[in-house]
Amino acid sequence: MPKQGRHHGAPPGAASLRAIRWVLKPVLFIACLVPAMRLTAGAFGLAGVSLGADPVAFMLHTCGKWTLNFLMIALCMTPLRDLTRSVHWLRFRRMFGLFAFFYVLLHFSVYLLLDRAGKLGDLWQDIAKRPYITIGMSALLMLIPLAVTSTAKAQRRMGRRWLRLHRLIYAIAVLGVWHYWWGVKKDIREPLLYACGLTILLGYRAWKNRKSLASQISVANVARTDAS
Amino acid sequence: MRKTITNLGRIASSDITPQDRYLSRRALVAGGLGLAAIQTIGRFGGEALGESAPGALAYTRNAALSVTDAPNSYKDITTYNNYYEFGTDKSDPAENAPGFRTQPWSVTVGGEAEVTGTFTLEDVLKPHPLEERIYRLRCVEAWSMIVPWVGFPLGDLVKRFKPTSKAKFVEFKTLYDPRQMPGERRSVLPWPYVEGLRMDEAMHPLTLMAVGLYGKSMPNQNGAPLRLIVPWKYGFKGIKAIVSINFTERAPRTTWAVSAPEEYGFFANVNPTVDHPRWSQATERHIGASLFDQRRPTLPFNGYGPQVASLYSGMDLRKYF
Repeated sequence: MPKQGRHHGAPPGAASLRAIRWVLKPVLFIACLVPAMRLTAGAFGLAGVSLGADPVAFMLHTCGKWTLNFLMIALCMTPLRDLTRSVHWLRFRRMFGLFAFFYVLLHFSVYLLLDRAGKLGDLWQDIAKRPYITIGMSALLMLIPLAVTSTAKAQRRMGRRWLRLHRLIYAIAVLGVWHYWWGVKKDIREPLLYACGLTILLGYRAWKNRKSLASQISVANVARTDAS
Repeated sequence: MRKTITNLGRIASSDITPQDRYLSRRALVAGGLGLAAIQTIGRFGGEALGESAPGALAYTRNAALSVTDAPNSYKDITTYNNYYEFGTDKSDPAENAPGFRTQPWSVTVGGEAEVTGTFTLEDVLKPHPLEERIYRLRCVEAWSMIVPWVGFPLGDLVKRFKPTSKAKFVEFKTLYDPRQMPGERRSVLPWPYVEGLRMDEAMHPLTLMAVGLYGKSMPNQNGAPLRLIVPWKYGFKGIKAIVSINFTERAPRTTWAVSAPEEYGFFANVNPTVDHPRWSQATERHIGASLFDQRRPTLPFNGYGPQVASLYSGMDLRKYF
């Protein structure tokens, strides 16, 4: 198959599908687990890995940041598909999204079980009293239905509703970055970086929608002119 | 004043000479080989008198004013702290401060006092015998440590400047030198860092001017050469690398209180019942605790209530947080 064809949206060959499924995906999967493995090693003092002077804070921040990283990576897949005109990118989207969910569950578990020693009273109080925890918690809850309906089967069964539901990811990413921004003491450089990244990723989608909307309108106008 | 420091600092032989030896040499020059200089050497330049530990200080232990809890490790104390002049990450000070020049150093004293002017660090320190005090440290971010500081009571220093009856507050400033302090190149806080105490707080026997920790001269990242320790207040009151002491009639406009007045107050007394707007102050994570240890309850005035609560009798500590 000519190389060019593959890069321009032609159905991918069986060989490259196999390579994605059996090589690239497993390698990426392991790579996505590296931050969690590092934290586990540090928690049990394995392989000389240390979590530093304040291990709970370090775990909390590391898991939180990797949640945002995976949300951003997942949101990059569609723009990358458009840019490279290769649908292969979308084959990784679910995995990245689920890793965002995995890390946010770790983030939440560290907060509730280690930092708050499992005291649910503390959790309710924080959710009620501290806006940055309220929005963080709502983002986590909104991720649950997305994770549950991430299977191919659910996607088929839900049809158009699936697409609508999974648009929640945009709100989740906004809330996640907002949660981080509100949580830092004073230096907002890193949350700002995420906010800029997210603005570009969401801005791109808005721009694309407007463009397709505009072309629909112009098609409609043409149709109207034709009709008259 | 700033000019003096930076110009002299340009000589920068501190980069190649161990700090304590450098210091004792300067003390010799400054003191004209007099008795005072020898005392200074005895206190700062252990090496010159044949003691082996570099930077070792001569001090006595003040057990009466020390807590009995085990201090945190030297490593944790010197690699995990806030010192925004060197960066906002807690590992930044240890990374960015080693080249910081604390010699020569001078302190300018001004305002409502009879004795004012610019003094060399040696002159500031000379008359004060050093003592070690193991204090609790509670950061406003809800973590805590136990630190064996070496220093002397701020009150003893204040008396030497003979503050007038108009002096109601004392204000401190950190060095402003963005070339040496990379954090000051960003406007994350208004520079220079300003802190202050009410006069009775400054004169309280627990309030310490610290010049060292763990028996050694103060590491740069912990606020060398001269920093404040007020153990019943949140850590940010403990201003570092002090170059200015000013006696004022009005409350100083302190950095964090100016920067985020709804979150940080002038008094900043450790208080488990007054939350930071974004987090609870009722408990703290103790540095050095294991991952599975629970948070510890935070004590009013960081456990120093019996000694200091009377300073604030009749004050609404929810309003004056």
